[in-house]
Amino acid sequence: MSTLAEHILPGREGRPGRGLPGDSRTGTDLPDAVRVTATRAAAAPTTPLWWQGALAAVAWGLLAALTHFWPNLPAGFTEWAYTAEFAAGAAAVAALLLVLVLAPERLAPLALLRRRLRPAGAWLVALALGLLAWEVLTAKLGRLPTPFFAPPQALVEVYATDSERLAESALNSLRLLAIGIGIGALVGFVTGVLIGWSRSASYWIHPVLRVLGPVPTTALLPVSFYFFPSSWSTAVFLIALGMAFPVAILTWSGVAGVHKNFYDVARTLGASQWFLVLRVAIPAALPQVFVGLFMGLGAAFSTLVVAEMLGVKSGLGWYLTWAQGWAAYPNMYAALILMALLFSGVITLLFAFRDRVLSWQKGTLKW
Amino acid sequence: MVNIATATRTAAHGFPAAANAGAGARIEVQGVSHWFAQRHAKDGAGGPLQVIDGLDLDIAPGEFVALLGPSGCGKSTLLRLVAGLEPASAGQLLQDGQPITDPDPARIVVFQDPTLFPWRTVWDNVALGLQARGLLKAQSQRVDEALALVGLQAFARALPHELSGGMAQRVALARALVNDPRLLVLDEPLGKLDSLTRLAMQTELVALWQRKGFSALLVTHDVEEALFMAQRVVVFSDRPARIREVLVNDLPYPRHRGDPRLVELRRQALALLGLGDSW
Repeated sequence: MSTLAEHILPGREGRPGRGLPGDSRTGTDLPDAVRVTATRAAAAPTTPLWWQGALAAVAWGLLAALTHFWPNLPAGFTEWAYTAEFAAGAAAVAALLLVLVLAPERLAPLALLRRRLRPAGAWLVALALGLLAWEVLTAKLGRLPTPFFAPPQALVEVYATDSERLAESALNSLRLLAIGIGIGALVGFVTGVLIGWSRSASYWIHPVLRVLGPVPTTALLPVSFYFFPSSWSTAVFLIALGMAFPVAILTWSGVAGVHKNFYDVARTLGASQWFLVLRVAIPAALPQVFVGLFMGLGAAFSTLVVAEMLGVKSGLGWYLTWAQGWAAYPNMYAALILMALLFSGVITLLFAFRDRVLSWQKGTLKW
Repeated sequence: MVNIATATRTAAHGFPAAANAGAGARIEVQGVSHWFAQRHAKDGAGGPLQVIDGLDLDIAPGEFVALLGPSGCGKSTLLRLVAGLEPASAGQLLQDGQPITDPDPARIVVFQDPTLFPWRTVWDNVALGLQARGLLKAQSQRVDEALALVGLQAFARALPHELSGGMAQRVALARALVNDPRLLVLDEPLGKLDSLTRLAMQTELVALWQRKGFSALLVTHDVEEALFMAQRVVVFSDRPARIREVLVNDLPYPRHRGDPRLVELRRQALALLGLGDSW
């Protein structure tokens, strides 16, 4: 592998720090000629070379060069715009990686960024190779049918020319999602505590949850459009419903599963009913509540997208159907990527929130 | 039955606890019987299972009483009744002449499991009782005092899962003592500790009892523990619990584990529990 880097990057032998005794990989992976120089440079007190980073820089450089110098295959009616920009972007990534690889340890911000990126080295290489294959198979060789499989620069074009509409769609989706899951999480949590705590609440609410809960919220969509004044409020209701069901069920099981001794202890210490709910039942049930929140998010995402596709006149779901109507496949891919980033961002946020709230669990279980 | 007379007699012994006279509660158990509703009946009928049968027991203010009996005989149930966690099926329980109907911070239970709340730090666990009664803001120094009493000031910010078994049980003890209970109900509090920690904690508990002057009711199935710590050991029969014998141990504190009187009492207790042959 490293031989590729050897041929493309000239003058590597002169760089200090390569092949330190601590870095066993450089010793075994590299050809003999290099190893000789390694022993000579071993005295220099620097960190081992980030060879994956160097490789990634090479891969991104290769992507840039191929994109730029290999002419696109004429695709009938259209010439791919933004090919040069895509190549420039790849070259910029390659340059940045190269700078990071070469930066001395005393340039603190660069060294810090390098430490951060170090574990992602293999992914940076794979990403470049993946983009390279995509670029070659679409724009350069035209092996994949054109309107359905757009080359990467077509996505760049979408992000550059249609960013306003994409941003507005993303914001509308996020707003709808936030309102829906906010209401749903709250209602689900309160319902769960109620049926976990009160026998009569459990008697009346539990069967309703058991029967209606498993119905996919998207199945209720056509009906709900009639009951609500607008498709937007329908969507809020259904997202909230999809969120509330798993949260309620898991909150309930969490509250019901609190060990009786916790209540006994609190009661002998003089706790009121409110204290038992707020300070014993709810904190003890929180780990389960978060499982419910994660499950609910999945349902909320799919409800959101389907609602936007069928009724709500904005958002990423709407953008997808709109792009399909115009056979604008690059726009669909662009919207899908944006959606993936947004939704996984929401999940990451919830994880961070859980880690904060349940920090006491660290050390009691693996996560 | 036998025990009312004994109770008055032992209370007159004048143990060091008397220095704090008035701190301990007088507990009276009068003709208490208790049944459990049984879901899976073993003996055909499926009727309620009797666990306590016509029990009379008095605890004098500041007295240390241990309950000893075969496992499953209803000792722990009696503790729950005394704590007010459950109402007795028949008979009545009194604290200083007032009927016991609800749990009250004057009577605090320390369970076999420390049952610390895992999401609270040691300090917050100890503060639980004061917080529940709305006293925490005004009297938070009592939490530090209670932690000092069990020697765990340094672990105030630790989480329960970071503690050893003995330390966790000490925190549970501090959580009880911070409320200045008038009766400390101990439900096999040392049952899950290793034997060395156990011996150390027995001595510590006795020292705390002498210092604070509360009444103490200890359930255990460790004969030596009961005899080493308590002034009176009540030996129970099999279920339903009846009092078989009351052993009075008037040895002064601090006691020595090798004392011939303890050895003799131990022989008696084991014989009462049907293990006389091994002695």
